[in-house]
Amino acid sequence: MSLLSIRNMKTDIGQYAVLHDISFEVPEGGVFVLLGRNGAGKTTTLRSIMGLWTPSPGSVQFRGEDISALHTAEIARKGIAYVPENMGIFGTLTVDENLILATSNGRFDPARLARIHALFPALERFRDKQAWSLSGGQKQMLSVARAIIEPRALILIDEPTKGLAPAIVDAMAEAFREIAQTTTILLVEQNFAFAKSLGRDMAVIDDGRVAHTGTMADFVADTTLQHRLLSLSL
Amino acid sequence: MTARTATLSTYWDRAGGVNLLPVAVALIAFLLIGAPSSWITLTVAGLAMGMMLFLMASGLSLVFGLMDVLNFGHSAFVSFGAFISAAVLAGLGGWLAADSWVLNASALAAAYLAAICFGLIAGWFFETVIIKPVYRDHLRQILITIGAMIVAEQTILAFWGGTPFSVARPHFLEGSWIIGDVSIEIYRAFAFALGAGVFVLLYVGLNRTRIGLLIRAGVEDREMVEALGFRVDRLFIGVFMLGSALAALGGAMWAGYETLITPHMGADLMIVVFIVVIIGGLGSIEGTLLGALLVGLMSNYVGFLAPKLALASNMILMVAILLWRPNGLRPAVK
Repeated sequence: MSLLSIRNMKTDIGQYAVLHDISFEVPEGGVFVLLGRNGAGKTTTLRSIMGLWTPSPGSVQFRGEDISALHTAEIARKGIAYVPENMGIFGTLTVDENLILATSNGRFDPARLARIHALFPALERFRDKQAWSLSGGQKQMLSVARAIIEPRALILIDEPTKGLAPAIVDAMAEAFREIAQTTTILLVEQNFAFAKSLGRDMAVIDDGRVAHTGTMADFVADTTLQHRLLSLSL
Repeated sequence: MTARTATLSTYWDRAGGVNLLPVAVALIAFLLIGAPSSWITLTVAGLAMGMMLFLMASGLSLVFGLMDVLNFGHSAFVSFGAFISAAVLAGLGGWLAADSWVLNASALAAAYLAAICFGLIAGWFFETVIIKPVYRDHLRQILITIGAMIVAEQTILAFWGGTPFSVARPHFLEGSWIIGDVSIEIYRAFAFALGAGVFVLLYVGLNRTRIGLLIRAGVEDREMVEALGFRVDRLFIGVFMLGSALAALGGAMWAGYETLITPHMGADLMIVVFIVVIIGGLGSIEGTLLGALLVGLMSNYVGFLAPKLALASNMILMVAILLWRPNGLRPAVK
């Protein structure tokens, strides 16, 4: 059984139909990558899974349970974390306050905190700094750290490399590899080099529909398919 | 930003930044007024007025910041708080007149408690019945909350009539302290102390508790708080009730300050309350306090120095601050 199963998901935003037919299966473990051009519907897919937009009834199954009608908070409590494209950092809260808010009981598990500080040393250095004063890369680290401060089954991450310096992107890739050893990641990414370095399975979304699913290795080998679906230069 | 302006900005922030504005206003007023006794009297009056405005405005600011709800009906809690406390004080007239500060204080506590309880219950009802159906629809929010304000005013009119209602003050808060040439009205000092106490409680609650942390986070990004597993809508009911109770307490204190109240006192105060919220920055308790103190001080100083400008002084202050800081002095979101 897949960890997450999306079947014929349709999502309307206001009067506009944005997702027409999204179906894919996310297996447990590793990184599953969602690719697609700008405006294809990748972010809407993540937001629909998280309940931030309302998906069609019965279209989202998590560990075999239908979560399509649940409130976002209930979906989060099932063990799904969300790292949005804008990072969703609370700027007036300190780094530690941002992290503690994501814990279930308001206390840090010392082992998990130590793991986060090992992954992202800057977050230990700036623990008492207000988050708005962090750099873009540090904010992204905080956003990811918040998603793993508690044990989660699945993390939805939306374009984590957007606007980041290459050195930070490399550090982020390392961190994701480490996180993926214990947690499944559903990653939306425009940076194909970054995506292919991490992804095991993948799907391509085009115009609100799934245009392709398969393994990343097969997709990387098929340059014609890449060009057709993503307009990547060969 | 050049290096020089960046350095100046750092010095400004280290010195206290915008928190120093009330001090700066008070110092400028001191130079303009000249007479220290008048200046002290006006300053105490301004601070007391500021604290009462803070109580009325803090709930409105949090409600707008957390849920993006424009509540023009907030004034109803101010008016009801004033009338309910005045009615309780009238009923306990014997305690008020007694030469015992224990009985005086008990009557006052009963009046304030009645106003707070009304605010909590009415806030729950208002949020559940009136606000909830119009979330995310500003136009309907404005229409329905103005409608609620009118209904509330008419209800007060039906219960207490249209003639100004006299508010009794406890014996121990009557009169003034005379220190040399300086006269400080006891009720004003009391209002300042009570307002400051409520601010400290709110500040500690928002900065040192988990619920406070959630409220501050929710003001910044409600969606993300929900994505972390918290029901912001349930949190909001609590914030709305707290805000309504604070407004009712502010109204009760204002009633004692004015000693003569009318059914439309809340609506009259709402313009100033909105100015306070806008100046302070939406969703910020510290900003609301700063805005309230500035408005209170300016109103008193300008009323003394240039009475003809008194009505316009708050508007001028708001325009000046918004030209300098379009999001207010201490907005909750950075």
